[in-house]
Amino acid sequence: MTYVEYKQLNPFQRFAHNLKKFIVNAPRAIANFFKAVGRAIVKFFTGIGKGFKNYGVTFVKGDWATKLSYLIFGIGDIHKGKYYKGILFFLTEVLYVLYMVFFGWTYLRDFTTLGTVETHMEFVNGVIPKTVYGDNSMLILLYSVLSIVITVVVFAVYIANIKDAYRHQVMRAEGEKPTSLKQDVKDFLDGKYHITLLSFPVLMIGIFNILPLIFMILIAFTSYDKTHMPPGTLFTWVGLDNFASLFDVVHSARRAKTFIDLTEWTLIWAVVATFSNYILGMIFALMINKKGIKLKALWRTLFVITIAVPQFVSLLLMNQMLQTNGAVNVLLSEITKQDVQIQFFNTSAFMARMTVIIVNCWVGIPYTILSMSGILMNIPEDLYESARIDGAGPVKTFTKITLPYMIFVTTPQLITQFVGNINNFNVIYLLTGGGPTTEQYYQAGQTDILVTWLFNLTMNSQDYGLAAAIGILVFIVCATLSLIVYNSSKSMKDEEAFS
Amino acid sequence: MIKSYKFRRHLANTFIYLFLIVMGIIWVSPFVYLVMHSFRGEGLIAVDYLIPKQWTLQNYIDLFTGAGGNAALNFPRWFLNTFIVACFSCVISTISVLMVSYAFSRLRFKARKKFMNVGMILGMFPGFMTMIAIYYLLKAMGLTQTLVALVICYSCGAGLGFQISKGFFDTIPRALDEAATIDGATKNQIFWKIILPMSKPIVVYTVLTSFIGPWTDFILAKIIMGDNRPYYTVAIGLQLMQSADFINTYYKQFLAGSVVVAVPITILFLMMQKYYVEGVTAGGVKG
Repeated sequence: MTYVEYKQLNPFQRFAHNLKKFIVNAPRAIANFFKAVGRAIVKFFTGIGKGFKNYGVTFVKGDWATKLSYLIFGIGDIHKGKYYKGILFFLTEVLYVLYMVFFGWTYLRDFTTLGTVETHMEFVNGVIPKTVYGDNSMLILLYSVLSIVITVVVFAVYIANIKDAYRHQVMRAEGEKPTSLKQDVKDFLDGKYHITLLSFPVLMIGIFNILPLIFMILIAFTSYDKTHMPPGTLFTWVGLDNFASLFDVVHSARRAKTFIDLTEWTLIWAVVATFSNYILGMIFALMINKKGIKLKALWRTLFVITIAVPQFVSLLLMNQMLQTNGAVNVLLSEITKQDVQIQFFNTSAFMARMTVIIVNCWVGIPYTILSMSGILMNIPEDLYESARIDGAGPVKTFTKITLPYMIFVTTPQLITQFVGNINNFNVIYLLTGGGPTTEQYYQAGQTDILVTWLFNLTMNSQDYGLAAAIGILVFIVCATLSLIVYNSSKSMKDEEAFS
Repeated sequence: MIKSYKFRRHLANTFIYLFLIVMGIIWVSPFVYLVMHSFRGEGLIAVDYLIPKQWTLQNYIDLFTGAGGNAALNFPRWFLNTFIVACFSCVISTISVLMVSYAFSRLRFKARKKFMNVGMILGMFPGFMTMIAIYYLLKAMGLTQTLVALVICYSCGAGLGFQISKGFFDTIPRALDEAATIDGATKNQIFWKIILPMSKPIVVYTVLTSFIGPWTDFILAKIIMGDNRPYYTVAIGLQLMQSADFINTYYKQFLAGSVVVAVPITILFLMMQKYYVEGVTAGGVKG
């Protein structure tokens, strides 16, 4: 299809065309994604190779102090008169060695087995029973991960130390003096300001996001559950067993059924919740922002209150109002003069799911209204003016300007919302708690989505390994979706005229 | 022809007004119900009529004096806990968000793109997948079931939420930076003296969102606090009141507590609504 042909389509055809293009291109996008990953890996290894080469070359060219820096951090810097930096390097090494000898290594050596000595009873003098604590697999794993991360960081410091020593050697050969502490501080406020700004947040993210993430990813490959619970009992590596049990309909039929059914419902939920909010929200926003409608601020505020009130309050309130004797049934009883007792959550799975989706509209539409209103107000007024001069009526301006503009601007948001709904814990957990309960599922109810199941598995039945495996699967789905869309939306932005 | 066009427009507008009024009522009525019944004098749990018969402030008084017979359900304490946590995490998160977004928006360094991509990918993991690990990490530090743990959890990942304020910083013309650099300003001075004063909306937005966070978060607080009821925040406290063990005596206090939490948050949110729209649309266009 040529550009001119494309421009002649109406917005819906365009949207359909883009959707088709997206679906047709998805395999190629995925392939490109993996190609990019492959390239990154190759680049990574060539980088390492180059690193090794530099490592050797520097050693050959280095003087005695630089060569000694390969063993003792900071010697090169101290020798060249850069005292504070050299001392810092040296202290890092000392601290690292102390940490490893007295703490890290005691855990790291058991990393492959995650402990061999189980907690057991012994009899002191053959009579008095005494509990002897064995290895704690959980702590072994946790501190091993910590030690590995620290080792990686210290290795980076080691390389920096060598580079710095060599740099100072070259500087001395050229007759330059090393910079003073004062100059360095100044540099950290200007040329190297990004290091000053980023080091604290990166440290925090490293400790409280990346470290736990590595830990949980590793947990997915262990047998950590309620029968393997430290400190009482040990757990160990089991490879892909947790993932296999989610698909194995023969040996772990109940788990596999739960997983397959919940995946299906999670996807239905994400699609329906996203599109219902998007389309209805767009209609609401268009009505509020229509020319000639007064009290725009009032209408917006009315709807925005739902966002403003903390979500747990509105959802817990909704949960109360939709109970058998709750306000909604009372209202219906008063209108119909009969005793209405609709069971929203307790009996039928279909009813509960419908209720969740409708309540989610109540919660979610205001978000769409808010962002759409902003976008509507941002459409350049001269677009409309020139359209009017050309004799376009309200319908035409709507289908030719407003709608394409909104669809164009909000498509990335749509995907973000889709991913958000896959992870939408609050609505399900606070509204239904997963109910109605069923015997068919393992630790899940009929409105549970994957993430609430994950929560139940960790909090109620302590199936940590299984939960981590589910978390990884959810991540893979969300990340692939986001990355593909991220890449294609960037190219879209370059092509289209609106941006 | 003209008349009929006008007539049609009036008809359409009337229809829209009607629709908006009906929808507005549907949207707001749950909150009206909440407020009304928080002032209800009679009955204990849900009643089978909509308008309360006796109006009283007793529920609020009970809520703040701890009446109801269970010392573990201490709403004033929970309120104070949440306030303290919110203040600290607000300061730390605001600082780290602004630092990270300034660095990504204005400074050019080697691994900038890589850092941003890693940040994006980290944001895609389901949040509470890591919570169990964080729990054990905090336990190893001896911090579980304390408010410090909550502050750490709310503010540690804040740096990852840099997109919106980065989008804002990107809109400030670079010519300003260049002019300042020519005049001899360092990057540090540019950040404090030029960018920050011009970014009041986004600073307000960041402060308010990070202040509101602890009031509305539910899941993380629940995992960290476990059964340590004196250290609960309002969110888990109210959920506890509403649980099957307590609902019969605490239903009306639950409603009153919800109002007490919701009103200030609502006011704060309405105040920052404008910034929210700016942030969302700026982020949206940027993809």
